[in-house]
Amino acid sequence: MSVSTSQSKELTPLERQYILLTQNGLPIVEKPYHWLAEQLDLTVEQTLAMTESFKERGIIRRIAAVPNHYKLGYQFNGMTVWDISDEHASEFGRLVGQLPFVSHCYLRPRHLPSWNYNLFAMVHGTTQDEIQKYRSQIKDLLQDVLVERSSNDANQGNTLRSNDMLTSSKILKKTGLRLKQKQ
Amino acid sequence: MNKTQVVPELSSLERALINVLQHGLPVCEKPFEQVAEQVGSDEQTVISTLNQLLEQKVLTRFGPMYDAACLGGAFTLAALSVPDDKFEQVTEQVNSFEQIAHNYKRDHDYNMWFVIATESQQEIEQVVKAIEAKTGFSVLNVPKLEEFYVGLYLPV
Repeated sequence: MSVSTSQSKELTPLERQYILLTQNGLPIVEKPYHWLAEQLDLTVEQTLAMTESFKERGIIRRIAAVPNHYKLGYQFNGMTVWDISDEHASEFGRLVGQLPFVSHCYLRPRHLPSWNYNLFAMVHGTTQDEIQKYRSQIKDLLQDVLVERSSNDANQGNTLRSNDMLTSSKILKKTGLRLKQKQ
Repeated sequence: MNKTQVVPELSSLERALINVLQHGLPVCEKPFEQVAEQVGSDEQTVISTLNQLLEQKVLTRFGPMYDAACLGGAFTLAALSVPDDKFEQVTEQVNSFEQIAHNYKRDHDYNMWFVIATESQQEIEQVVKAIEAKTGFSVLNVPKLEEFYVGLYLPV
């Protein structure tokens, strides 16, 4: 019996079942995929093949452990934001994303005049100095593509800066993102 | 953030496992056997150590990391600029929406940053409008246009 796995990001009912079973995690036992195969009524080979297919299609980024930042001493995080020229945004976004201390890197829309930053890169550190140092390293990389806006663009006389770092002072809510049972 | 949180002393095996497993586990029948080889330990010790780290909440989760967008639905990052004296009230108002997945206080004029997760793009727009109506503040909505990297690695 072969399990049809689609090439796209569309999910088959069996694949949805796989995700529902594993979105809270895999058991840490000798043979975790045997447990999963049994639940899905598949062979272990089929279950491993489905896992590989998810990885190839980018649905699963990796099978990994997620540490608690704070328990590892990473108490500081900064959302660095940058106003970079549109024609260089993709190229430099990729470069920033490759820096080892950047955990998330996205291009987002500006909302002038109140929000001029289009590149977002999240950094984490064990001290305030550490995340400041990371911000400087990103700045060095982006030096030539940062936009310096004239005061004419500025909101109510405030000069728009070419970059900033928003540190987080409190978690107000945190829930996991979940695939819903229905459908 | 939580000032009372203590950083636990980690053994060299625990450190090695945390570092290796953030990068990812091979897809095979007995993945922990391979991991044990990598860190110079044995399968049973690796399994019991990892289960302990989960129990102690040093690890929050172990398993497949899904691209949330592939699970269906729509997402956006959004922010509000809230005066200090209204911050608590607005936090409650925003958090009361079940579509708010994460919400962080940040030091900036835009001092409240949250992720909206819904079933559809249309619902995102409805939630943005509803938050504006409820709080009286206008929402800065910055959905991702392009993703360059997602992956947290915190070496210990």
